[in-house]
Amino acid sequence: MNHDAYPDSYIRGILNTVKTIAMVGFSPNTARPSYFAFKYLIERGFKVIPINPGHAGKEFLGQTCYATLSDVPEPIDMVDIFRAPQFVLPIVEEALKLTPKPQVIWLQLTIRNDEAAALAEAAGLKVVMDRCPKIEYGRLSSEISWMGINSRTLSNKRAQNLGGGFQRMGLGEGGKKT
Amino acid sequence: MADADRIPGFDTLAIHAGAKPDPTTGARATPIYQTASYVFDDVDHAASLFGLQAFGNIYTRIGNPTCAVLEERVAALEGGTAGLAVASGHAAQVIVMQTLLQPGDEFIASRKLYGGSINQFNHAFKSFGWNVVWADPDDISSFERAVSPKTKAIFVESIANPGGTVTDLEPIGAIARKAGVPFIVDNTLATPYLCKPIDFGADVVVHSLTKFLGGHGNSIGGIIIDAGTFNWSRDKKYPMLCEPRPEYAGIVLHETFGNFAFAIACRVLGLRDLGPALSPFNAFLISTGIETLPLRMQRHCDNALAVADFLSTHPAVAWVSYGGLAGDKYHGLAKKYVPKGCGAVMTVGLKGGYDAGVKLVSNVKLFSHLANIGDTKSLIIHPASTTHRQLSDEQKVKAGAGPDVVRLSIGIEDKADIIADLDQGLK
Repeated sequence: MNHDAYPDSYIRGILNTVKTIAMVGFSPNTARPSYFAFKYLIERGFKVIPINPGHAGKEFLGQTCYATLSDVPEPIDMVDIFRAPQFVLPIVEEALKLTPKPQVIWLQLTIRNDEAAALAEAAGLKVVMDRCPKIEYGRLSSEISWMGINSRTLSNKRAQNLGGGFQRMGLGEGGKKT
Repeated sequence: MADADRIPGFDTLAIHAGAKPDPTTGARATPIYQTASYVFDDVDHAASLFGLQAFGNIYTRIGNPTCAVLEERVAALEGGTAGLAVASGHAAQVIVMQTLLQPGDEFIASRKLYGGSINQFNHAFKSFGWNVVWADPDDISSFERAVSPKTKAIFVESIANPGGTVTDLEPIGAIARKAGVPFIVDNTLATPYLCKPIDFGADVVVHSLTKFLGGHGNSIGGIIIDAGTFNWSRDKKYPMLCEPRPEYAGIVLHETFGNFAFAIACRVLGLRDLGPALSPFNAFLISTGIETLPLRMQRHCDNALAVADFLSTHPAVAWVSYGGLAGDKYHGLAKKYVPKGCGAVMTVGLKGGYDAGVKLVSNVKLFSHLANIGDTKSLIIHPASTTHRQLSDEQKVKAGAGPDVVRLSIGIEDKADIIADLDQGLK
């Protein structure tokens, strides 16, 4: 995968497939970007499991926080990493030891580690770097267009309401619900 | 589209960018959301919107779905990450500078600017403590010499109003990068059809939408485009973007919104607190105008070049200032930055001086005598007897508005009719 420019179909495919996301480097501080993404992805129907050793055992928005990926007692589809690049490799190595293995490793905005990406891809995982799943979901669902953001998408189909409110859109297009 | 990852061309974006069918009704034209407010789904949704944790609409002073179509469309055409539409081009400049400057700070601006911007910078902005330092686009080193520790931005026009002169964007952008400040380009006269300043180093692009983008002289509007290129956190010079904001419970906008943080800061701090929101009805008219931008702009340029050619050999004309004209001082820059044409605006010096200018604006039958540019209609003004009337003769000449100068904005009528009107007016 070319990690400088992802096709929309690649990102859309990932966000349409994964259901359970473990968020490494989650912060319970409601002004931090990780909390924004955590809350938003839960509201869009994902199960998001916070990972932060300093808050293990506590609950945030109904989700139990764990110290490490290995502590999570259920299968994880995607590991979303909010840690600086130098801390990424051991997290990916731990993720690759899980059974079953996650399908996706996602590194947040400004975070890139090509060595860790190559390791994950060699094990058959999909990798996204220097992106935010909240922004990408908002972009591909058209929600982000309300903020004047260039979604870089054109469509002759209307965006699909996700239900549960007027301002929650889904990733389906052309009448296809996700 | 057959290939979901195909990158669309400019003409396609001018029609489709930002404007999917309406999600609730399927309306194919963009609906005019003439509403002040939007109901919240529940209390938590309201809190998420106010806390910037969810994307969505709260109140039309901060955002509106019709305005959002316009914002995304111009952002796509300019190759930017995001846009913010506001009530006028002047409002765009106020919000950009308010987001970047603290009282006592400086910004460097090209001397060759729209007269209204010169006034705004010299007077209104100085009253806010934002100090303009003027530089000469014909002497690029004057920008470098103007840089000081207080400099927070550099501002130029791509094609400068009124003389149709072209600014050498790349070296000025390089000076901005070296100084660690954003390079702001007013792209009103060129529009992204002729020039995309982001390709030449612009970090922020502003427009008066009233001119060629709207194109029909029916709506005032402005827009700010974020190129997504500037690192707002590197030197800690821009507290609106790189410091925790007390307005939003300590959020740092740059780390939260990445490469569209500037547009978000302009919206959730600048527009929210200063208030110059665009009417959704104006946004509708301007977005509709943009659908034909590529067709209109090429016609404006082709007509303007024909008029400039005609006038340059007319016995009553002393000189024509239009970068599109072979032999013009700015023709080399025009070929680099605006190869499809140099826009519609030019100045003309009349051999008969002040009286000849007054006579021409009185004699024309097709041109409209008014203070605007970028209409489908051909427009004319004699600055010395109108917009620059209060200045001394020496000041008028410095401003490019000497007593002999007439400004034209060439419309998209039949060019033979435009030329015939000027010819009879000059007799």
